[in-house]
Amino acid sequence: MVAVHLWSSLTRFTDGAREVDIDAQTVGGVLDGLKSDYPGLEPILDAGVSVVIDGEIATGRHVEIPEGAEVVLMQRLKGG
Amino acid sequence: MAKDEFKEYRLVGTRPDRPDGLDKVTGRARYGADMSAPGMLWAAVVRSPHAHAKILKIDASKAEALDGVKAVVTRADFPTGLTGEEWNLQENTMAGEKALYDGHAVAAVAATSKLLAEEAARLIEVEYEVLPHVIDVDDAIKPDAPVIREGAANASVPEGMPPNVVQYLDFGRGDIEAGFAEADLVSEKTYKTEATHQGYIEPHACLGQLGEDGKGEMWVCTQGQWFIRKMCSDVLGLDTAQLRVTPSEIGGGFGGKTTIFMEPLSLALSRKAGGKPVKLVMSRSEVLRATGPTASASMDVKIGMKKDGTITAARAEFRMQGGAFPGSPVDMALYCCFAPYKLENVQHIGYDVLANRPKCAAYRAPGSPMGAFAVESLLDEMCRELGVDPMEMRLKNAVVEGDTASYGPKYGSIGLVETLEATKAHPNLKAELGPNQGRGMASGYWFNHNGETSVSLAISEDGTAQVSIGTPDIGGSRASIALMTAETLGIPYEDVRVNVVETGALGVNEPTHGSRATFASGKAAVIAAGQAIKEMCKRAANEWGIDPEAVEWADGAAQPAGPNAGKFPPMTIAEIAGKMGSTGGPISGHHESVPEGVGASFGCHVVDVEVDPETGHVKILRYLVVQDAGRAIHPSYVEGQYQGGAAQGIGWALNEAYIYDENGKLQNSVFLDYRVPVASDLPMIDTVIVEVPNPGHPYGVRGVGETGITPPLPAIANAIQAATGARLHDLPMSPPKVLAAIKAMG
Repeated sequence: MVAVHLWSSLTRFTDGAREVDIDAQTVGGVLDGLKSDYPGLEPILDAGVSVVIDGEIATGRHVEIPEGAEVVLMQRLKGG
Repeated sequence: MAKDEFKEYRLVGTRPDRPDGLDKVTGRARYGADMSAPGMLWAAVVRSPHAHAKILKIDASKAEALDGVKAVVTRADFPTGLTGEEWNLQENTMAGEKALYDGHAVAAVAATSKLLAEEAARLIEVEYEVLPHVIDVDDAIKPDAPVIREGAANASVPEGMPPNVVQYLDFGRGDIEAGFAEADLVSEKTYKTEATHQGYIEPHACLGQLGEDGKGEMWVCTQGQWFIRKMCSDVLGLDTAQLRVTPSEIGGGFGGKTTIFMEPLSLALSRKAGGKPVKLVMSRSEVLRATGPTASASMDVKIGMKKDGTITAARAEFRMQGGAFPGSPVDMALYCCFAPYKLENVQHIGYDVLANRPKCAAYRAPGSPMGAFAVESLLDEMCRELGVDPMEMRLKNAVVEGDTASYGPKYGSIGLVETLEATKAHPNLKAELGPNQGRGMASGYWFNHNGETSVSLAISEDGTAQVSIGTPDIGGSRASIALMTAETLGIPYEDVRVNVVETGALGVNEPTHGSRATFASGKAAVIAAGQAIKEMCKRAANEWGIDPEAVEWADGAAQPAGPNAGKFPPMTIAEIAGKMGSTGGPISGHHESVPEGVGASFGCHVVDVEVDPETGHVKILRYLVVQDAGRAIHPSYVEGQYQGGAAQGIGWALNEAYIYDENGKLQNSVFLDYRVPVASDLPMIDTVIVEVPNPGHPYGVRGVGETGITPPLPAIANAIQAATGARLHDLPMSPPKVLAAIKAMG
C-alpha cells in the first residue's frame, strides 16, 4: 500500500482524508487507484498532476514507488 | 550521479564565445520575421475593439472584393467540438460567439502584400453587442461580476463560489491557529501586483503553409516547436505528424513563446488560399493587446513570528486573473511563496479567476514573483517591527536538504543557506548609504523542470561532433551544451556544433521552459556522447584485437585501459572517425527521456535605492544577485540570466503595468507607454554564482533562468521603506504612488 498525500481541497472527494492508502506499485497504479477508489478525483487527475516521490517529481506512469516512500500529489508544475 | 563536486574541468566553467555570436552581431541570424518563401502572402488580423462583446455579424465582402486578397478566415473556418485547453487555445486564436478582451482576434485576411492585407482587414465589418466587462481581479471574483464564461470552472471549484472562479486550491499542514498563538507578533496584509508582459524584443512571427491534403510546414519564432505543432494541429484538426515546424532564432521568450496565439491563422489562411505560404508578423501593439502577459494578483498573507525571528505559522490566500481563460499561475505562486522557510504550520488557498484580459502565458518563474512580493514584503515589515535582522531571520528559518517544503515534498540537495551566507559576505552589504537611500533584500525560489527530451549526437568524418537538440537556444544553451559535449568527448569546444532542429528530426521535446534546456538537453547530450564513446572504444578494440572492455576513453582518444590490455598508441577520435565507413558505419548517440534529478534553485537579492522625496522617483544605486546554479557550465551566460531576471523584476516592481480605460481598452500598447527598464535605468547588476552541485546531473546543473525574477519585487519595496519609511503594497511602485505613500506619512 502507498500512502498518498493530497492537497486539502481534494478532501471533498476522499471523505475528508488528506492521506489515502492506495494499493499500487507504480505512479500509474497510484493514479488509477485514486480514480477507482475516489471517482470524484478523476477530472482533476486527468487535467494533469505531478506525483512527487521522495522529493523527486516522477517522470512517468512507469516509475516504481519504493517501499515506504513519501508520495505527494501536486498540481502539474510548469515553467517559463 | 554527479561527477566530483570539486573537480576542475577542462572546459566546463570556462567562458568561450557563443557559437551563434557572429551571426547575431552581424545580423545574419534568421529570426521569425526574416523567413520568406516564393509566392508568399501576408496576413493581417482583425481584432476586437471591445473588452467583452457578442459578435453578431462579420461581413468580409468588401475585403474579398479587393484585387490581391486571397483568403479571409473567421471562426467558421475552424473545426468544432474541441474541449478543455484545446478549446481555450482555439477560442483565443479566433473568437467564436464573443470577443473576450480588447485585441481578441475575430477575423484574418491574407493578401499579396502587407499593406493590402492591412487595408483589407480594415474593410472587414464586424457588428458587436457590447457586454459588461471586468478587468480587476478583486472585481472579477465578486459574486455579481459580469460572467465571462459559464461552465469554465473545473472540478476543483466547490458549488457556490463566484461565477468567474475556475480553479480552487487549498493545501497545507500543521495547526495554523496554534502556530499563530505561539507567535509574539502576528501580521496580516494585502498586496497586489499588476500583470506585466514578458517584453521580448522580437514580436511573434511565423510563416505557415498548409495544403488541401493536410500536409504543412511552419517557420516560427518559438520556445517550443513541438508545442506549436501539437497546438496548431489540435486547433485546426490536423494530423500532428503532417505538420513540420522549424524554429527560427528567438529574440526572447521568457515563457511567452511556449504557446500559440496567431500561428494557426497563417495555416488556416494558407489552406484557404490554395496552399500558398502566409506570413504573419505581429506589431508591438498586437503583442501587448493579444499575447499572454502574466497574471495580476491580489494576495492576503498572514504570518506569525517570535521575537527571535522564528516563523511559527504562515497563511497565504491568493487571487489571480489570467485573462479570459483558466490558467493563471496561482498554484505555482502558492507553492513558491513560502518555499525558503521551514514551516510546521502553513496554509495556502488559491483562486484562479477569469477577467476580460488576454490569455496569460508563462512568464519566468510563473507566479513566484507575485507570491514573493507578498510574503517577502510582510516578513520585512515584521522584522522591522520586532527589530530582527532580516538576513538572520532568513538564516534561522532556512530550509535545508531533507526538510519538508512548505508545499509538501521533501527537499533534496539545495543551496539556500550557502546562498544566504554568500550574500551576507558580499561587500555591497557594507556599502554606506546616504540620505534618502535604503537597502532591501529578499529571497526567491524556483523548482526547475525536466520535461520530454530527445537529443541525437553524430561524430563527423573528421572527428568533430554535431548535436541535434529540440530546445531553442534563448540564453546560451548551445554554448553550454557544446561545452558539456566537448568535455565528455575530450575534444575542443569549437569542434562541437549544436543545432536546434525541426520537429521531423527528433522525438518530442518540450520547449525551452522551466529553466530546463541546459539541464535536460545537456544531460541527454552527455549520455549520447557516452554512447558514441562506447562505440569508438569498440572500434579501437576491434582494430587492436582486444576486448572492448579493455579500452578506455581519455583526452579525446581510445586508449588501452591498463598494461594488461596491450601496448597500443592512443587512437584519436579523428582517426576512428576517419575510418568509420570501413569499421562498421556511422558513429552516433541518442538519448530520450524525461530526465530525473531536477535540482531546485534559491536566490537572494540585495538592492540599494535612492528615492527622490519631491518626485517619488526610485533610482537603483546597487543591485546584487546571489543564486545557486548547481554548476555554472558557462558562467557568463549564468550571470546574464541572473542580470536579465533582475532587470525584468526591476521593471515589474517600478514601472510596468497594463493600463485599461473605463471601457476595458488597453491604453498603453506600445513600449513608449509600457515602460520596461532600459540600460540607462540600471546600474551594472552584480552577481555571485553559488555552486552547490545538483547530484541529478552529470555536471551538477540546476537551471538558472527563472529564480532571478522572483526577489526584485519585494527587495525593492523593502528598500523603499528603508529609504523613506513608506511601505508600498501595490505594484508598480511608480513615482506618483511612491510620492503619495511618502506624503501619506505626513
